[in-house]
Amino acid sequence: MTTNDRKTDRSTKANSSGTRGSSPVLSVIDATGKVSRSRDPSLSKEELLKLYATIVRTRVMEERALNLQRQGRIGFYVPCSGQEASHIGTAAALRDEDWIFPAYRQAGIPLLRNVPMQQIIDEWYGNDGDICKGRQMPVHYSFRQARLVSISSPISTQLTQAVGAAMAARYLDEDSVVLSYCGDGGTSENDFHAALNFAGVYKAPVVFVCENNHWAISTPLECQTASETMAIKAEAYGFPGVRVDGNDILAVYQVAKEAIERARKGKGPTLIETLTYRMGPHSSSDDPTRYREANEVESWRQRDPLDLFRKYLKGKRLLTQAIDDEIHNAAREEVNEAVKQAEDKATPSVSSMFEDVYRDPTPQLLEQRDDLLSLGEASAGSEGFFPL
Amino acid sequence: MTPMTLLEGIRDGLITEMNGDDRVLVFGEDVGRNGGVFRTTDGLQEMFGEKRCFDTPLSECGIIGAAIGMAVYGLRPVPEIQFQDFIFPAFDQIVSEAAKMRYRSGGEFTVPMVIRTPYGGGIRGGHYHSQSGEVHFTHTPGLKVVVPSTPADAKGLLISSIRDDDPVMFLEPKKIYRTLKGEVPEGEHAVPLGVGRIAREGTDCTVVAWGAMIEICEKAAEELQKSGKSIEIVDPRTLVPLDEKIILDSVKKTGRLVTVYEAPRTSGFGGEIAAIVAEKAIEYLEGPIVRVAGFDTPFPYALEGIYMPDVRRVVRGIEKTFTW
Repeated sequence: MTTNDRKTDRSTKANSSGTRGSSPVLSVIDATGKVSRSRDPSLSKEELLKLYATIVRTRVMEERALNLQRQGRIGFYVPCSGQEASHIGTAAALRDEDWIFPAYRQAGIPLLRNVPMQQIIDEWYGNDGDICKGRQMPVHYSFRQARLVSISSPISTQLTQAVGAAMAARYLDEDSVVLSYCGDGGTSENDFHAALNFAGVYKAPVVFVCENNHWAISTPLECQTASETMAIKAEAYGFPGVRVDGNDILAVYQVAKEAIERARKGKGPTLIETLTYRMGPHSSSDDPTRYREANEVESWRQRDPLDLFRKYLKGKRLLTQAIDDEIHNAAREEVNEAVKQAEDKATPSVSSMFEDVYRDPTPQLLEQRDDLLSLGEASAGSEGFFPL
Repeated sequence: MTPMTLLEGIRDGLITEMNGDDRVLVFGEDVGRNGGVFRTTDGLQEMFGEKRCFDTPLSECGIIGAAIGMAVYGLRPVPEIQFQDFIFPAFDQIVSEAAKMRYRSGGEFTVPMVIRTPYGGGIRGGHYHSQSGEVHFTHTPGLKVVVPSTPADAKGLLISSIRDDDPVMFLEPKKIYRTLKGEVPEGEHAVPLGVGRIAREGTDCTVVAWGAMIEICEKAAEELQKSGKSIEIVDPRTLVPLDEKIILDSVKKTGRLVTVYEAPRTSGFGGEIAAIVAEKAIEYLEGPIVRVAGFDTPFPYALEGIYMPDVRRVVRGIEKTFTW
């Protein structure tokens, strides 16, 4: 069956948010960067500049990641450019004790939560500084100190887990809230249904963020669902769904703050649909020119979340060109230094491959490890020679 | 010591751990008010309240996904999957998530969870209430796989599983839930994971089996005793981690090996045991290793009794190790 009969204009011109659907979409910053006073979330200058710097650091870090991948220095990358406001804005509305179960396209969150960039980049390299000990592809990191739970590749599996964590918080009488992310493609998975259903039944303190970036690799939104919107799906599970301009960080922050406070007060979950756009490829292995039009990408580039936020900050005289340059330069230096250090670090030891399968290795694992290491010792002594 | 059925042993294990640790929660389809379709969790909701023993929506993927989140957060969930045949909607959560969480996070996040699920044939349940899927889990690094075969072990292994810091698949041989009775120690009784037991001592042939097959093998051993053959039965209790030593020591003594399992023969866990013995003790063998197993067909309803290894087939399998 063709989906052409339902084909949607995904350009930003279709309506204010650039997607189908008649339900309202909260937007705060207008195209000129202005905000009506009544809608402006009263964030301090420091808070606003931290959000801005986090978007810049994410953007700069990811540009470098794609270059490193092309140069063959890292194996893979999944960029989030265009979607920074969506995830940084939602996560910014959390308290430190709140938990996050991310998908793999929210690279700004660890930076927002003060994870050193070095730890992120060590993970790209899978070196012996990597918390994950080189066991996962780039971007599949894990940061317990930031309550950011380990990322996997299967889609939407994190959503049901987030509900369980929220149920656990409730059981333990803690008032922490859990935030979890998926994309528009992720709403088609079994886990999306199971998670929203469980969350509604148990009134779990969880907030789901569906980053509707209009593309699941090459599959367009209209092929994922016949629903008018993603947000409307929440209604069937018995809790509110809201739509927000995902490129407008102030609107995103505002909506997330309300949903998170609602969850914290025991009033149950919310589904937030952030309307945004994946400006880059799905991953370093993807060529989006095969399946989407340049003018569509260009129309969204006009609403780049970074530019929009910059206009706002400059309009409010919170950001000067000099400060902006400083933020960009600092980000570049930070990335350069982290890449340099990451490249100087060693590959994880061969024996580390056998660790963390279980708390204590089984006799079988020890036997396999010792057998492998003896092969290396036979050729080069010590832990031996293993060309990688 | 109290006489109990295997099912009562499991229930007693749950009660012991729920009494001892507030982090232990029991949930699944129909486990709360109804006490489970087999009544394994009967009375737990009254004893511990709806916060600790509760019913869930009919969603295996939701049950296990939520359990993983609870475990990551710091609880010790013991979810039930009503029949192992229905576990596949949760397979992604078990294989891709629970099993890999510790490894992929460099040990930062762990999933101390026990998935209890009835498995195996013998209750006239057809394809979808009878299968023995242990190898789906033994072939997934990061999971432990436990199969009790006595009421005391059911309690003791369950207690150790709940205390374990890694995800455990606790496969309950439902055919012997109520038919098998035995003495069960009261209160604290932990049987360590990874330590097998000799279910019957013998000198002429080793039979390795688990779950409901132990009973069949014991009857076959009685039968062979009449013709003077002394059969040793090894119950590994846990397939992962596997007590290889108890198997190898037995084979070194008897010089013969038969593995007996309900699952389809090809790629069954008895094949793995055969390979271990062939690699490590072939010089002790006096005859071929024989597998007595289910057939490589879906589990048949009307011919269940023919499909499952029975005394006649086990006896013939053992005899093949003597005459070949």
